Amino acid sequence: MPGTDPLLLDEISLLLVWTAVAIYVLAFIAYAIDLARRSDLALKAKDEVVARELVTAGGGGVISSGTASAASPSSAKPRYLWARMGTVLTALGFVFHLVATVLRGVAAGRVPWSNMYEFAMTGLLLIIAVYLVVLTRYDLRFLGSLMTGLAVLLLGGATLAFHVEVVPLADPLKSVWLVVHVFVASLATALFALAFGLSVVQLIQARRERKLADAPADAATKRSFLRTVPNADALESLAYRFAIVGFIFWTFTLIAGSIWANDAWGRFWGFDTKEVWTFVIWVLYAGYIHARATRGWRGTRSAWLSIIGFTAVLFNFTIVNVFFKGLHAYSGLTT
Amino acid sequence: MTDPLRPSDHADSLPAGSGDDVTQPRLGVIGWLRWGWRQLTSMRTALVLLLLLAIAAVPGSLVPQRTADPNGVTQYFTDNPDLAPVLDKLSLFDVYSSPWFSAIYLLLFVSLIGCVLPRTKHHWKALRSQPPRTPARLSRLDGHRTRTIEVEQDADAVAAAAIDSAAAQLRKSGYRVARYDARGSFSVSAERGYLRETGNLLFHGALVGVLIAVGVGGGFTYTGQRVLVEGQAFSNSLLDYSSFNPGRFVGGDTLTPYSMTLDKFDVTYVPPGQPGSGQAGDFVAHVTTQTPGGEAQDGEVRVNHPLDVQGDRVYLLGNGYAPTVTIRDAQGNEVFHDSVAFLPQDANMTSLGVIKVADGLPQQLGLLGFFYPTMDVLPSGALTSTYGALEYPTLTLRVYEGDLGIDDGTPRSVYTLDPSGMTQIAGGDSGTPAIQLMPGQTEDLPNGLGTITFENEAPAGATGYEQSVKRFASLSIHRDLAGPWVLGFALLALFGLLAALFVPRRRMWVKATPREGVVEIEYAGLARGEDPTLAAAVVQLADKHGATLPAQSHPDTGKVD
Ligand code: HEM
Repeated sequence: MPGTDPLLLDEISLLLVWTAVAIYVLAFIAYAIDLARRSDLALKAKDEVVARELVTAGGGGVISSGTASAASPSSAKPRYLWARMGTVLTALGFVFHLVATVLRGVAAGRVPWSNMYEFAMTGLLLIIAVYLVVLTRYDLRFLGSLMTGLAVLLLGGATLAFHVEVVPLADPLKSVWLVVHVFVASLATALFALAFGLSVVQLIQARRERKLADAPADAATKRSFLRTVPNADALESLAYRFAIVGFIFWTFTLIAGSIWANDAWGRFWGFDTKEVWTFVIWVLYAGYIHARATRGWRGTRSAWLSIIGFTAVLFNFTIVNVFFKGLHAYSGLTT
Repeated sequence: MTDPLRPSDHADSLPAGSGDDVTQPRLGVIGWLRWGWRQLTSMRTALVLLLLLAIAAVPGSLVPQRTADPNGVTQYFTDNPDLAPVLDKLSLFDVYSSPWFSAIYLLLFVSLIGCVLPRTKHHWKALRSQPPRTPARLSRLDGHRTRTIEVEQDADAVAAAAIDSAAAQLRKSGYRVARYDARGSFSVSAERGYLRETGNLLFHGALVGVLIAVGVGGGFTYTGQRVLVEGQAFSNSLLDYSSFNPGRFVGGDTLTPYSMTLDKFDVTYVPPGQPGSGQAGDFVAHVTTQTPGGEAQDGEVRVNHPLDVQGDRVYLLGNGYAPTVTIRDAQGNEVFHDSVAFLPQDANMTSLGVIKVADGLPQQLGLLGFFYPTMDVLPSGALTSTYGALEYPTLTLRVYEGDLGIDDGTPRSVYTLDPSGMTQIAGGDSGTPAIQLMPGQTEDLPNGLGTITFENEAPAGATGYEQSVKRFASLSIHRDLAGPWVLGFALLALFGLLAALFVPRRRMWVKATPREGVVEIEYAGLARGEDPTLAAAVVQLADKHGATLPAQSHPDTGKVD
């Protein structure tokens, strides 16, 4: 195989990963500026509306502050230039990220998700991919800084801490279930990440809405990007929609993992540490789904469950992989 | 009334009257029981129990568990002599069979069954009932739309025909429909999405199935372990297993008779200088199996690819070297000849093994051996193995003389030697150096006891050490009756879940009211549970139906309120 020296390919891949991280940093900055400026834009837009209403209402009209704050921001749709830039940069970073991941796979001669470094690479690729795909249907750019921030932290961190050179797979990993089980788990993680982001914003938004209800005058003049974001209810039902798709994938992950465990270890379930955490996460999200259907739990409380659920997912990927003893010792790191 | 039955604290059910609480003091025993049962089968209890289950499962990942990691538990007791007994009292080494963990999931499942049974009964009835009566004022509902048809004569006939076609259209898209024509208006009431509740019930029911399959099926399951050296055979009977864990309902006579020989064990190593050098892989145990009266069959056991034999599955658990050693007494009579499995201690297969000579010598002999497939000397002078394959195989042995402690019936592991009550006569502080051998070499035992030979097992004419030492495979033989059932129920749960989460459940109404010169047609929908696409569905219905109406009809604006 001339010209396909795995070491060289991996080096190129690594270079591309760092390029992607750098671009994600820029995207993060653009998104952050966008959030900071949104409040201004929203206020200006509101002022325009107020001004217009003043004009149309003539001298005799009485403008109540209620009308102004109820005017939906879309009535004078501001164009989010920085957000658009953030998205373009994210997409660009994604391309580098994608090529890096594919190259790593080629270098290894197998799917690029067989050790911690590669899990992080593919998992975050999917997170960004799902985010970008969802953007074509919903304007969730207010999550942009969270998503790119996550990518920078985790991809950069994983590359620093977990990068290992390409080595042949250990026998237990040579299985179609590696391809299916790990990929679907990463996909579920990507959806949970999005649901998590929405739940976080939902919590903040709900707080603002409560304040708005308590002291409309104060809160209405406060600048905040939250003005440009859907209301807490809408955020919640969107978060729920991503979470249930993620939950389906996670259920499948659990089943596929059991089938694999039965082939590799001779039992489909043994409460190995990783199995325990996969189960805990599954139960947490089942709890979240129930909470949404339980009176008194819909809203803020269920949002917390979504956040706890995703925290457990991250914990499972990082702490459990590196520090917990178990059969799933595939971080690829020598201890 | 065809709404699914939900626990009274479900977000979609109407808040229960406060009457329940007020009447509490006058409840009799039955009343209290009913009240308790209602609490147990409420959404809140289910939720709290689910969260408790998640929390309760965590400690099992922090503390080693007897089932998953027995050695870890032993180690934990050694490392934390004070804490370990306390944790043990709290069942923290057996979390998943502990009383508190069991209590949580059993309560959860009682709640589940108590919740699902009445709902199933209710749903069964709902499946054969009519969609509900058309509400009097559709304009209050989601995505309400209207359309007017101008008519010259018989407005009633036009209205009826419009509803006929709407009903047909709805039925075609999977709705169950009922006509409600009354007092100057014609309407069709349609409902779909019963599959949502069916899926929900299937999901929860299948979870019960999984639990029962695990619980009952586990009783019919057995696993047995056996170490086989190349060339050795074993028969599938209780006596021939080195350890055997039967389920509650497994008798020894249930084992299917067959025998299995390990012909050869293969493994490859990544050569030095390549990434991952020294890493072992592609383990294959080549075996021959034979049933009584049947033909011998070749098979392979690999990691991830267990071998099916007569309904049993044979797994490869481990492997290693089994040096063949012959010991002769001072007169040259053979007193020991065997291939002894040495347990690998590191990635380069430095292996540890014990040879016990119980008879034939003046005193019992115990030999504690280290085997290095590719021996090298560390700067400290200690020996080590630098590669897993047989490049420079070396066996070193410390020799103990005395009482092996196996005559009084105390069970002793074949892999450990208890040197108490024995005198070390070679190696360590004994003054005599440890015995060191390569395949084919023979040395004298100390004190003129005799000789020891490390046999070279390579076929005649072979060069190099590649086949000089036999390998062993440790096999695990399983019969698992629960597995397929668990998988079946898990898949049912998955399909149920898909239906429960993604099938929209909704009602649709189309109503035609003849007025002077016009027929007004109204469309409206009502979501039952999560249904983000309802409004779009009403629009689609109205548009599609509108297309079938007489040309002089025109849509009014869609009033969405
Ligand atoms: C092992 C325990 C349980 C698990 C893992 C579990 C899981 C789930 C999941 C994933 C859903 C969403 C799917 C759907 O909407 O059908 C769900 C829904 C539901 N569960 Fe459970 N459940 C459990 C126990 C219970 C119990 C004990 C009850 C009764 C109190 C219950 C009542 C319900 C109800 C009423 C829904 C429908 C919620 C809705 O309307 O959206 N579940 N459950």
